[in-house]
Amino acid sequence: MSTEENSGVPAISGWYELFSRGSRDWLRHGEKVREAVREHLPQIVAGADIINHGAHTVRVPVRMLEHYRFRLRGAGQGTGVGQGDAKPGDVLGQPRNEGTPGQKGAGGTDRGGIELMLEFKVDDIIDWLWEELRLPNLQPRSGATEESEWRREGWDRRGARSRLDRRRSMREAAKRRAFNTEAPALIDEDLRYRQLTRRRQPATRAAVFFLLDVSGSMTDRDRHLAKTFFFWVAAGLRREYRSLDIVFVAHTTEAWEFNEAEFFNVVGAGGTVASTGLAKVHGILDERFSQANCNCYLFYASDGDNAVDDRAAAQRELAATLERMRYAGYVEIAPTNMRSVRTETMRLFDEAADAAAIGRFCISGPDDIGAAIRHFLTQEAADSEAAGSAA
Amino acid sequence: MSEQWSDYVPRLEELARRLGLDWSPVIFEAVPDSFMTEIAVYGLPVRMPHWSFGARYIYQLVQRHMGYSRLFEVVFPGNPGHAYVAESNALADNILVTAHVLGHADFSRNNMLFRRCQEQVSEHIVEHAASHAHQIERHIEAYGPEAVEQVLDAALSLEQYIDVDQPLRRERYPEYQSEPVPAVDDAFRTRYIALDASAESVWSPRKQRAPVPPHPERDLLWFIATYAPEMESWERDIFLAVREESFYFFPVYATQVMNEGWASYWHARLLREADFVPQAAYVDAIKCHSDVVRPIAAGEQIALSVNPYHLGFTLWEQIVKEAGLEAARGIMRQDDDFSFIRNYLTRELAARMGLFQYRKQDNGQVKVLEEDIDALRESLLLEKYNFGAPRVAVSELKNDGTLVLQHHSRIDGRGLDVERSRRVLDYVQRVWRRPVQLLTVDAASQDLQLTAGSA
Repeated sequence: MSTEENSGVPAISGWYELFSRGSRDWLRHGEKVREAVREHLPQIVAGADIINHGAHTVRVPVRMLEHYRFRLRGAGQGTGVGQGDAKPGDVLGQPRNEGTPGQKGAGGTDRGGIELMLEFKVDDIIDWLWEELRLPNLQPRSGATEESEWRREGWDRRGARSRLDRRRSMREAAKRRAFNTEAPALIDEDLRYRQLTRRRQPATRAAVFFLLDVSGSMTDRDRHLAKTFFFWVAAGLRREYRSLDIVFVAHTTEAWEFNEAEFFNVVGAGGTVASTGLAKVHGILDERFSQANCNCYLFYASDGDNAVDDRAAAQRELAATLERMRYAGYVEIAPTNMRSVRTETMRLFDEAADAAAIGRFCISGPDDIGAAIRHFLTQEAADSEAAGSAA
Repeated sequence: MSEQWSDYVPRLEELARRLGLDWSPVIFEAVPDSFMTEIAVYGLPVRMPHWSFGARYIYQLVQRHMGYSRLFEVVFPGNPGHAYVAESNALADNILVTAHVLGHADFSRNNMLFRRCQEQVSEHIVEHAASHAHQIERHIEAYGPEAVEQVLDAALSLEQYIDVDQPLRRERYPEYQSEPVPAVDDAFRTRYIALDASAESVWSPRKQRAPVPPHPERDLLWFIATYAPEMESWERDIFLAVREESFYFFPVYATQVMNEGWASYWHARLLREADFVPQAAYVDAIKCHSDVVRPIAAGEQIALSVNPYHLGFTLWEQIVKEAGLEAARGIMRQDDDFSFIRNYLTRELAARMGLFQYRKQDNGQVKVLEEDIDALRESLLLEKYNFGAPRVAVSELKNDGTLVLQHHSRIDGRGLDVERSRRVLDYVQRVWRRPVQLLTVDAASQDLQLTAGSA
């Protein structure tokens, strides 16, 4: 259909091209969706498809907002009138529901089911989460734990050619010639070189160990809960530390270190021997994080089903590992109705809690994740404050 | 083709006048497709901002994009009327659209429901709506977007709750109950009335305060704007602005089948009799016409809704054929969709059109029901009662300021959707600022009371 024949149409005033009410109100709708998403942050924290390295956003499916009106119950039922070749008693499938062509109208709130994907920056969500949960900002451990760094500071008359400060040198030459206009333009004494000095910096390095029980008793759902929990803990710690090393360790009756992609797909079988996992963490600590200036964290997720004959070994390994940890958290993933009995692993961490900073929390469903993060991070902050004042 | 649309407009008008159409002048304006979509979504070319329009706008854009429907024109009745036509229309489309618009203009000038509502809202609704929008922009500057949006959330969700049988500018209820006027119809009462009024009376009637509302009040927008205990005056203005626009929308809604049918009848007839339209354009225009009045989407055997253009067009053709144009004009003046469909959709016509009634079953399937023309008509009209909304009225204003809304579930046949009702109550409560109660029934037809904002 061509539009060339329209030359006879009265001239348009043109503002329609410049301003769209529909788009403006659509933007407002988008803002409202974001607000709504913010209000349901814990569910998103739990449900978002989580990407760690590389991607900085999460995608959240949302529905268009409905502007509510009074409506009769069961609006989809009842009778209607149709048109076409149908005899009484015919049963029709569910034909495509089509709007009336060219219809104009003031009403109609039924918008079917358009689903939108909204992208949120992980950093934004973390900020919201912190605001929402009123989480304290973590204080990096300071004091003896310092690291040093070369910083540029001051000038010298001698130095490597690459550090020559031309601007500064010309200034020196100009100063010298201010007394004696006959003097040569540039002499060796004018040259200035940038200096480096060693400066001591408070430590901002951290390592977090995610230890996951992948024994046969951990279901996919449990594992997803643990993964989500780990993701948000890591995101939270990243806020505070310039560099965060993440170590993934999974264990059944043995323990292995994994990279992230593999870690969340590990399917193990067999029993649970927590001491193997703790020993592995301990080994990695000795091997890679021996410096004193590293803030180490351990988070362990399990269903609490540790083998009873492992008790003594697990106690020993836990105590050894905890000495090096700034804080440890144990999250137990179990259905609510199993809560009545204290599990083997919970007992283990309870006993160790007197001597070290340990948080314990039970997660039974996605809604608990927000609370768990809040629990651990507030406790951690309180502990480090107490430690700071004691020191 | 050297012919232009503007060449045809006066000739079509001349022909229409000869055939007896009678309309107020119409200003035509060609606008971009996106703006056409906006007009369709907002219902008026310039209207107050609200996020719900934005959501519908995008939905419409998507629909258009997928080719489900296309807008040729939108007409606003008035003196002068305004017709917006899509820039993308071809010449043939525009010839058809012009004829169609003349049919609408004739209808809105002569139909009594339109006239009654236009007497209330004046013939300048387009300008009024623009000024409401402007006013609301100023409120947004003064009180902030959130505060204004909160009021619009409530007002627009009650958009359909007006009472067109009452004037647009309505007085408050009388403060006192009217005293019963004694009937003077027998000898005793005549003598009693004639007694000396100054003499000390044993029983002197005292003025009784009238309850508010004195009767169930359908016009929720007016009631809230008038009797809300703690509403700011600008908030009341917004409610009244929404109400005025609803007064305008009402006849459009209540005569949709008649009105679209009338305009379709006239565009077909004018085109048939316009010997000045070149053959090629005529064929294109007739093709376009048959798309518009097409009962069932192309490629489908069956539709589960009735195209109002098709229904109205078929009825008017039949009426003109049987009773003549004069009788048709009489019907056009006096009827609305209820009487139109009840009186003129005969069993034969329904059978010829292939209309059938169906019931949706729980499993998502649809069962075609036995032929029953009365039930079929009522089923067609079911959604048109009360502006298409469930019947909810104010039944009481309590001493503590609680607003009590009563849903007439007996008439509607079932209770309200509870979750949505709660949300609406929340909207209303934010402007009413005292508790708001709603009485309806649950799935088991037991009384159900929802309350928002109770202490």
